[in-house]
Amino acid sequence: MNHTVVLDVADLPEHGLGSASQTYWGTLAFMLIEGTGFALSIVVYLYLMSLATQWPLGTAPPDLLAGTTLTALLIVSLVPNLFLARWARHQDLWKVRIGLIVMTVLGVAPLVLRAFEFPAMHIKWDQNAYGSIVWVMLGLHTTHIITNLVETAVLTALMFSRHGDSPRRYGDVSDNAMYWNFVVITWLPMYACLYWVPRL
Amino acid sequence: MTRHKEGDRRDTALNDAELQRCLTATWSTPAGLWGALSTVDHKIIGRRYITTAFVFLALGGVLSLLMRLQLAQPEARFIGPDRYNQIFTMHGTNMMFLFAVPVMQAMAIYLVPLMVGTRNIAFPRLNAFSYWMYLAGGLLLWVAFALDVGPDVGWFAYVPLSGPQYAAGKRADIWAQMITFTEVSALAVAVEIVVTVFKQRAPGMSLDRIPLFVWSMLVTSFLIILAMPAIMIASTALILDRLVGTHFFNPAEGGDVLLWQHLFWFFGHPEVYIIFLPAVGMVSTIVATFTRRPVFGYLGMVMALIATGILAFGLWVHHMFVAGLPRLGESFFTASSMAIAVPAGLQIFCWLATMWAGRPIFKTPFLFVIGFMVIFVIGGMTGVMVASVPFDTQVHDTYFVVAHFHYVLVGGAVFPLLGAIYYWFPKFTGRMMSETLGRWTFGLMFTGFNLTFFPMHILGLQGMPRRIYTYQPEMPWSGLNMFISLSAIILALGFLMFFVDAIRSARSGSAAPANPWGALTLEWATSSPPPAYNFMHLPVVSSLEPLADDPDILPVASGLRIDRRELLITSVVQAVPEARESSPGDSIWPLWAAAATSVTLIWSIFTPWAVVWGSIPVAIALIGWFWPKGVVEEDA
Repeated sequence: MNHTVVLDVADLPEHGLGSASQTYWGTLAFMLIEGTGFALSIVVYLYLMSLATQWPLGTAPPDLLAGTTLTALLIVSLVPNLFLARWARHQDLWKVRIGLIVMTVLGVAPLVLRAFEFPAMHIKWDQNAYGSIVWVMLGLHTTHIITNLVETAVLTALMFSRHGDSPRRYGDVSDNAMYWNFVVITWLPMYACLYWVPRL
Repeated sequence: MTRHKEGDRRDTALNDAELQRCLTATWSTPAGLWGALSTVDHKIIGRRYITTAFVFLALGGVLSLLMRLQLAQPEARFIGPDRYNQIFTMHGTNMMFLFAVPVMQAMAIYLVPLMVGTRNIAFPRLNAFSYWMYLAGGLLLWVAFALDVGPDVGWFAYVPLSGPQYAAGKRADIWAQMITFTEVSALAVAVEIVVTVFKQRAPGMSLDRIPLFVWSMLVTSFLIILAMPAIMIASTALILDRLVGTHFFNPAEGGDVLLWQHLFWFFGHPEVYIIFLPAVGMVSTIVATFTRRPVFGYLGMVMALIATGILAFGLWVHHMFVAGLPRLGESFFTASSMAIAVPAGLQIFCWLATMWAGRPIFKTPFLFVIGFMVIFVIGGMTGVMVASVPFDTQVHDTYFVVAHFHYVLVGGAVFPLLGAIYYWFPKFTGRMMSETLGRWTFGLMFTGFNLTFFPMHILGLQGMPRRIYTYQPEMPWSGLNMFISLSAIILALGFLMFFVDAIRSARSGSAAPANPWGALTLEWATSSPPPAYNFMHLPVVSSLEPLADDPDILPVASGLRIDRRELLITSVVQAVPEARESSPGDSIWPLWAAAATSVTLIWSIFTPWAVVWGSIPVAIALIGWFWPKGVVEEDA
């Protein structure tokens, strides 16, 4: 088949940023998958609650301190995260490096608090179905904090390496920041479900 | 605009031979084992996926013949009850999770990038990873079966039968973990398809110019994304109940067995449409080509696809009508189950209108489409019947249901799929399949299928339950069962002929031209099989049928780099070019990542600590995968 050139793309950028990047859409798609998983875990919680004669089953509602502190910390972490996303857009290498270090620390801190959340539930996973679902919900969200923390730590190392100063890497930082927003925002309904629904 | 680098090589001002040489050097997969293990070419991986899925189809078919041999006469002693339980579980699990869903995605892996006019699928390394995961999940299931630890709890593994109390040993865990493998691979491919369709369409291919097969795969991919988390949660909860003593499905400790059914069918019903919608896309494509006119009612067809996708999530309870749910709920799900017949009917009428107005050419692919319409309509009508609660209560768990879902799945998906294989085989292999053998294959399969499965309706109405390993001579079922078993031989001969034709044609079929059927979508604008880079120049589209405008001249874009793997990123709605983006090169890391993940998942059947220790090699493999290697594809 013969060709006739009708379009010249020579002047287009060599890498798409923001919504012109594949990883941006890929990250959104994975957020949709995982968001569906989070939503279904809440559905399972409410389903089991609807069957129970009393809720929580065989124990008191969870203590609020660790979970609420963690929630506040996660919300606060959005501020440096938004700055990090902005610095990545401006491709400001040093600020991005600092922002990533801050976000790495802010990824570790909730894990410390999370360690106190499990005992605050006053129940183990193998005691009854209430224990099973709260441990799975906390575990599911903890997995997301850990995976994002590893990703942030690797990105931090990357931005200090010779590969760092590239639009592609700044795009990765933006997508990583977007994913952290997702980890924080999905926690809010989980927090309400785990800590306040039993108090209704 | 971008800085122009000195020295980067573009496709402008090169003659065709030189351009082909450069593109081949940049895009082709190296020969040898290492090349085969590290390739990220969507065509190679797609072919691999399709071949593997058909191997699983053949294996699942052998299992069904074993069942028919056992059931041919009453009180047969060929297969014992335990082995029979494994065989029907393996048959269903294999056909749904290792054949039907993967083969549809596999067709999309190969075809979607070509049909939207790009050079590789989005996230090609994830694509390689997904294939290895799929292969590992399939091997897990079949090796377990060979070792007599194949799952024996039915393909939907209802609790409490599959729970810790009634299913000792590891058989149910094998089933549940096989789910994890196949869902990880299916979700990965779904993300790739969505991003390929959203961002890599040829310039000018606005939403209303997307081929119907691509639309169907886009909707299917969203169904996978929204449905598969439910089965992941369900199978994980099952493994936890069995391994670490959680109580999700244990009523004694506040759990609930129906929770399993809800979660399973919230996935399981959309699953049917995950299998059916790609077939709809294939049928639309074949109908358009063999009637020589565009499919009637393009907009209506797209809307029907989307409507089916949405309604698919509102039907799951019709699998649970005998579970004792509230009457109001049952009525709602009866209504929604009947409602989904509306978009399905709309599509059927659109195809009929296309055939009516066109000039049909009765080649093998088109014969399979006609077979599909007859069989699927029958399956759809029994579907409307079982949507009614009183009727369903009567025939639940009988051979009527077995007949119904084989009419829907084999008629609705396998017939279009085989038509699609005959249709796209020249593109996949560069060779034609035999038209004579194709007609014989279709004839044997259509006859064999109906003779095998239609009598099952009657057996069901006569009360024969499904999943029994034998029956007594006093029951009035033996005559029909013998008839069905004999008819199954005809069906099996049809499949055998298909496999013989496919293997023979792949080796020595007549050479295929670029566009043997005179079709109008972009995959036919390049050679058969396409070169590693798909298109010498990326096409530019100005209509729904790009090859109809001028069959000899393809409008194209120029100015892309040829010293790195480069393709075009376009906007989601209008497909306006936004960037020249690189496409990742070959890498062995997806294989390592899949190997580490597989070890972790299989190990975790035995101890929860596997997740902790296994995550270390998985993390190392993923870091190795993503860490920049200083190649030209990382330029920006």
